Order: sequence, then structure tokens, then C-alpha cells
Amino acid sequence: MKNLFRILFLIISLFGFQYSSNAAEKIEYLKTDWSFKGLFGKFDRAALQRGYQVYTEVCSSCHSMKYLSYRNLAEKGGPEFSEAQVKAIAASFEVKDGPNEDGDMFTRPGKLSDKFVMPYENVKAAQAANGGAYPPDMSVLVKARKGGVDYIYSLLQGYEEPPAGITLDDGVYYNKYMYGNKIKMANQLSDGLVEYSDGTNATVEQMSKDVTTFLMWSAEPHLEARHQMGFKAIVYLIILTTLVYFSMKRIWSGIKTEV
Amino acid sequence: MSDHEYTPKSKVGKWFNDRLPLLTLANHLTDYPTPKNLNYWWTFGGILTFCLITQIVTGLVLAMHYIAHADMAFDSVEHIMRDVNYGWLIRYIHANGASMFFLAVYIHIFRSLFYGSYKSPREIIWIIGIIIYLLMMAAAFMGYVLPWGQMSFWGATVITNLFSAIPLVGEGIVTWLWGGYSVDNPTLTRFFTLHYLIPFLILGLVVLHIWALHVPGNNNPVGIDIKKPSKDTVPFHPYIVIKDGFALLMFMIVFAFFVFYTPNILGHADNYIEANPLVTPAHIVPEWYLLPFYAILRSVPDKLLGVVAMLSAILILAALPWLDTSKIRSAVFRPLYKQFYWILVADVLILGYVGAMPAEGLYLLIARVATAYYFLHFLVILPVLGLKEKSLPLPLSITEPILGGSPNLSTAKNRESLKN
Repeated sequence: MKNLFRILFLIISLFGFQYSSNAAEKIEYLKTDWSFKGLFGKFDRAALQRGYQVYTEVCSSCHSMKYLSYRNLAEKGGPEFSEAQVKAIAASFEVKDGPNEDGDMFTRPGKLSDKFVMPYENVKAAQAANGGAYPPDMSVLVKARKGGVDYIYSLLQGYEEPPAGITLDDGVYYNKYMYGNKIKMANQLSDGLVEYSDGTNATVEQMSKDVTTFLMWSAEPHLEARHQMGFKAIVYLIILTTLVYFSMKRIWSGIKTEV
Repeated sequence: MSDHEYTPKSKVGKWFNDRLPLLTLANHLTDYPTPKNLNYWWTFGGILTFCLITQIVTGLVLAMHYIAHADMAFDSVEHIMRDVNYGWLIRYIHANGASMFFLAVYIHIFRSLFYGSYKSPREIIWIIGIIIYLLMMAAAFMGYVLPWGQMSFWGATVITNLFSAIPLVGEGIVTWLWGGYSVDNPTLTRFFTLHYLIPFLILGLVVLHIWALHVPGNNNPVGIDIKKPSKDTVPFHPYIVIKDGFALLMFMIVFAFFVFYTPNILGHADNYIEANPLVTPAHIVPEWYLLPFYAILRSVPDKLLGVVAMLSAILILAALPWLDTSKIRSAVFRPLYKQFYWILVADVLILGYVGAMPAEGLYLLIARVATAYYFLHFLVILPVLGLKEKSLPLPLSITEPILGGSPNLSTAKNRESLKN
């Protein structure tokens, strides 16, 4: 038994060690409490819906979300808009389809099964419209950046005047959380930029938090199911382990040795 | 293998067993006499079998949905994560399963180093183990390439480029490996094929590993030869089965925690960016379990010699049964070796740490010292220690120290002679 604790301790310290080596060049990000962290973490439904609003009204003019479909917006564990709402959302987008029987491409209103409409035809078009920088697809962005949600949340609020001595080229902005501090995206958020339908005050901080929550969901759409299943699985394993432990003690009771 | 002959009781059983002795095998596995003093470090063999099976089963399901094509691989992984029923679960088990597999294999290897399990008569078990370990590294590396993220692509580029260090034919070999002039679709498809093949090779070798183990039987923490079966042994079933099962469940709790609560902590964020041959990531880092060898590779200034050093660091293990000149197996009775053993553990951990850091300044210096020490341990310390060290007296049997007798050969012998 003593050895077992030693093994467990070793495992935990090994991974702690790995984790700290990953975090060696850490910058202090802005902190906020995320509802989706922790053993029972869940998304804040209202924040997801507001986040979607910020994404459509602000981000989506440059950033695609190619792995998301409109149907996802109504699915369990997501923003959970009603099906009627999502149908209306989808229908508000023009989707290119075809070819039809005459061999022509045509546009039609979006359906639940359509992927999110892309702001640009292709990467080259996106670069041409943005001074050579490609606005990254945001579907898995949170998982693709060191620092994850805290990084995105901070970056959105990290715009400032460059310190003395740093000159910026045209179309380059200073952001204290960006890697190398130079970013090609201008500051997008300003207080009151969107008008939330639920009446929440649209401060920069609020919008950053909402849209980052939305991005976390888009990167991990099954996060809630994962947390729920995880808790059940671990409780089950702990109970089973306890039972097996006592069975083991019983079986080994006739043998003179340390178990 | 077994000391006693086994005959099935039923007529049908006997008829079948005479033609294919599966029942004899089953009987051998159940009765297999195992030292009763095995501690929890010995449970990792069973845990590793579980890891291998888990990887094969989850891998099969993933392969049903994954598309091995440079343009579609990344998308198909996202498809698995989003639209395949429980695809996220299967993929996270597979991805974290690789880390858990290596965690278990490192504990298994270091257990062997501590208790001298590689020594005569178990050299073949050990060498098969080293081959399994090499294949595991190949499988893990190629598996990491499959999602076709930035780290996949650039990791593959760095590692395959190592072959270009071979004089004369190096460049040709690299082109041949790639199936072109850079890492691209042909590289991805062949890596997928090999990634699918290797686990089955490992499975075959595991059978040989266990077969070879069942000839001399398990080593044990005391490290002495024991009579089998005797009062020093217990039958494998139910004693070892339940103990292995208990340890496996503990291991699964840790495993589940990673899968359900921090599934991406052991991976690199860059691998969620689709591979782009035109953009190189700031730091190209392999997975944690390869870091010590990556540190050794980078600590040598010459490319060819770096590759040689890295390969030697693994292959030197195969020569261990002959490099270690001590006849005493268990470190429990080797006070000096015990200390050097822990220094080696620290050395490997340090190598792992500097492997994750940029190869410059103090990190590079530490990597060089740690690399030198690694080789010093195996090439100088072990051979000399075996000849010079004064080991503690060994007990006569496992029962001896447990029943309160002192682990002292002379007292034990005295008692034996008194009995006679």
C-alpha cells in the first residue's frame, strides 16, 4: 500500500513537472471566472448566445468558423437556441449551392445542415482583404493558442498605445498579450458596440468574456457531456477500486506477506 | 513450461487438448507460480497490456472515421471530435492513452533497472522489451503526425531529416521516406499504414515477452532465485490477478482524470493549427515521452554524432545485461548501486526538462552534462561497480525476511545446519 502511494505521488509530480515546463514562458493573463472550468463546469447559456451575437456582428466579417453548422447552435450543451430561432438565423444567410439542373450555381437561404458561411472565398482572398494577414479560422482557435481562453480574453482587451521607442508599420497594432506584441487585427471592441437582446450592458470586458465563452464551446462542443461522464466514470472507478481492494485483502489474508 | 502435466477432466476436453493444448496453456497461466513478495511496481506489466489493448481498440474505431489525406486529415479529426458519436471520447482516450502507455513503460523499465530483472537468466525478456519500446516510440511518433497539425508536420520534418545525417545515402533515404521532396501526402499515407501495423507487431512481441518470462518465472524484490512452486510462490490466479486488477483500477482513475478533465494538457496547442509548410512554429517540441532523447540529440553539436548519440542512448540498454557486472540482482542489497540508480533517475528527468527548453545557454550546458552522465552510468559506473561494490548478504528465501528472520546469509545457514 505504501508503495502504491509512492507510485501515485511519482505520477502526479511527473505530470506537474511537465506542466510547469510548459508554462515556463508564461505571461500573466487577465483573469475572470469561467463557468465551464472545474469538475462540474458548464457553459453559461446566456453568455454563449451573447457570444454568438458578438461573433456574427463583429468577428464573422473576417473570421470563418468552418467546422460549425447552424444546427450546432440548437444542440444540447451549446447556446441552445430554439430550433425556430436557429432556422431563422440560418435563413438570414445566403448560401451558395448547386449546380442545378442547368449546371448553374445559385444562392439560397441557409438551412440547419449548412456550415457557417465563410466570409471569404478562400485564404488568398482573405489575405488580400486584410493587408496580407490571414484572419485564422476560429472553430478551434481556443485550443490552438497557448493560454487558451485566458489568452483570447486578454488579447481582446490588450490593445494599448505602443511604448516609446516602438514604431509600428501601417496596419500593425500594439497588443500587450500578443506574441511579439504586434498584431495585424485592429482593436475591434468598444463599449456599446453591440446591442445585446437580453439587455446586458455591452462593455468591452463583457463582450470579450461572452465571445471567448462562445469560442470555447465551438472548440469543445461536447465539453458538458465530457464533464458529466467524467464525474460518473471516476466515481464508478473509485467504488469498484474500493471493492476490489477489500476482495484483494480477503484473498491474500492467508498469505504471510505485505500486500 | 509447467512442472506438472495437466489432463482435462472431460472427455471432450481431453480430445481437444490432445490436438491443440489450449487447456494446458490456460491451466499453466492460472497456476503459474509467482513470487508472493511482488510489490506494486510489478503490476505495470498488466497495466501495459491494458494500455496496448486500449490503444488498438480505440485506434480501430478512429481509423473507421479518419481520412489519411493531407487535405482532409485535419478536417476528419475535427469531424470525429464533433459529429461522430462519442468520437471525442475515443480520440481523447487514444491521445492520452499514448501518454499513459509511456508513463507505464517508463515505470516498468525503471523497475527492471532497480531490481536487476534484466540479468541472467532474463536477458531475452529484456531485449524483447527494448525492441517493444523502440516500436512504441515509432508508433507514437507516427501517430502524432496523423492529425496533420503544425506540430505533426514539423515534428515529422525534423525527425525524418535526421536520416539525412547518414553519410552518402542520407539525402536519398530521406526522399525515399517522404515519397517526395518534402513531408507531404505520400508521407502521411505511409505513416498511417505503419502506425496501423506496428501495434500488431508489438502485440506479437508482447506474447514472446511473456513467453520468455514464463520460462524462468518472475524476478522479485529480493532478487534471489526461488523454488517454484514452493511456499515462496502463489498461483497467478487469483492472487496476482486481483492485485494487478486493483493496481490497474488505480491507474485508470488517473487515466480518466486526464481524458475527462484535462485532455489537451499533454499535447501542444500548435497541433490544433492545420499543417502549413510555409509557416514554421516558434519551437518544435516532441511529445513529453521523447524529450530526454531529444535533449541528447541536441546536446551534440554535430548532426550525425547527435543522431548516433540518441540511438546509442536507447540501444545501450540492450547491452545492459552484460554491462552490469554484478551478480546481485536487487538494488536492495547493493547500497552503492541504489544511490547511482536514483542519480540516473534524476539525470533522465533533467534531460526531459531541458529537452522541452530551447537549446541555448545554460539549458544546453545542463543537457551536455546530463548526456555525458547518462553514458558514464552505463559504460563506466555499472561495470566498475559490479566488481568493486560490497553487497549486503542475501537471504536464503523470500519467506526468510518476512517471517522475522534477519536478511542475513550466515544466520540463515546456521539455522539450516541446526535443523539438520
